[in-house]
Amino acid sequence: MSDNTPTLEVCDLHKNYGAHEVLKGISLAAHDGDVISIIGSSGSGKSTFLRCINLLESPSRGAIRLRGEELQLRAGKNGELVCRNHRQLEKMRARIGFVFQNFNLWPHMTILDNITLAPMRVRGLDRAQAIAEAEALLAKVGLADKRNAYPGNLSGGQQQRVAIARTLAMKPEVLLFDEPTSALDPELVSEVLGVIRSLAEEGRTMLIVTHEMRFARDVSSHVMFLHEGRIEEFGPPQEVFSQPRSARCREFLASHL
Amino acid sequence: MFHGFGHLLIIGAWMTVKLAVAGLVVGLALGLIGAAAALSRFAPLRWAANTWNTLMRGLPEMLLVLILYYGTGEVLSRITGEHVTLSAFAAGATALGIAFGAYAAEVFRSALLEIPKGQREAALALGLSRRDTFTRITLPQVWRLALPGLGNLFIVLLKDTALVSIIGLDELMRQAENAANFTKLPFSFYLAASGIYLLLTFVAMQAIQHMERQTNRGQRKAA
Repeated sequence: MSDNTPTLEVCDLHKNYGAHEVLKGISLAAHDGDVISIIGSSGSGKSTFLRCINLLESPSRGAIRLRGEELQLRAGKNGELVCRNHRQLEKMRARIGFVFQNFNLWPHMTILDNITLAPMRVRGLDRAQAIAEAEALLAKVGLADKRNAYPGNLSGGQQQRVAIARTLAMKPEVLLFDEPTSALDPELVSEVLGVIRSLAEEGRTMLIVTHEMRFARDVSSHVMFLHEGRIEEFGPPQEVFSQPRSARCREFLASHL
Repeated sequence: MFHGFGHLLIIGAWMTVKLAVAGLVVGLALGLIGAAAALSRFAPLRWAANTWNTLMRGLPEMLLVLILYYGTGEVLSRITGEHVTLSAFAAGATALGIAFGAYAAEVFRSALLEIPKGQREAALALGLSRRDTFTRITLPQVWRLALPGLGNLFIVLLKDTALVSIIGLDELMRQAENAANFTKLPFSFYLAASGIYLLLTFVAMQAIQHMERQTNRGQRKAA
């Protein structure tokens, strides 16, 4: 394993909001096929960590590498790190899929246009190719009949499945899920978890910030418990869920299982 | 019925339409620039934009028309030493555009602020460039949110074109006035002009409603 370059590697990531340090040095290496669930109470920094990886938030310190290629950063204002080269950042982002809590589908475009825009503009596919791929992805998430609908006409669960298809359309090497079911009505959660589970079974490399503990236990290869910006516990789900070493992790699990 | 002045009213109406469209083009450009500047990260630019918009909204539009026509003529003549004037059409369209732009900047600004941050983030996270993100994601949504406000401003602009008659542009108002004075039939001609203005604003309102329906496709919430 040691000579094996991780798919995604994050080294000593720090993030400050003013004087408040939200992330206090998080490191992580995800290899091909790893499914890492990130759990912790709200305010523990899980979402911020995920958003720093593709620079939706600016970290204060740290390094991010995708298959050994380091994201070039430079010091910006307020002690934040900002990208040195926008072209490189765009290319890295295209390789890192991100699924948002609130789906963030574009309401002025049809489902098909939501999915085909980035493949056409970023991967350079022609329209026919992009549509063929989008239709295959829609079929995969069980929404083939919604291609001409608009996001406003879909339920939350359907919107999130489209958002996952939109992300997959870029053929990302790693997928980041930021609380993908937290904005859903309870009865819609399972359809989205089902899609994510099937992606895990395909062997995709994924980081999932989630509150769904049973799901995390079932699909993860590793579980990371964050507390106040630090990794408090990390290991295979059997260990973390059955015999957590940290008292805080035990307390958290007791109240969330 | 119009003692041979009917066709002049039509010519005037056409001039009014051209003036309103020219004012709209100038105004939309100024409004977008004003909104972008007002939201800039660069403080002096924000300050300049806010000052400009406040001043231009505070002045009577007739004064803007007079300043641009006579004022710039005077200044340009002093600078060049020759007799220079802006055409009445250019001065009128610019004055109307400045007034429209100062209000439109506020409409665009609030529309830009209304678009959730996640809309941009979703585009950037897929690797889209900042430019594509603006033109494909932000701008179409700004347009939808701004359209009702801009529509109202355009109706006001259409009627304000009548102010440009004071600098001698032969638009609808001035043609009606000329015909009324010449024939001594003010009631008929002002009534005819009113009819034409109402027709123009009616057509404009229909066009705006049509555009609103177009941009609102798919915006209905699921039942």
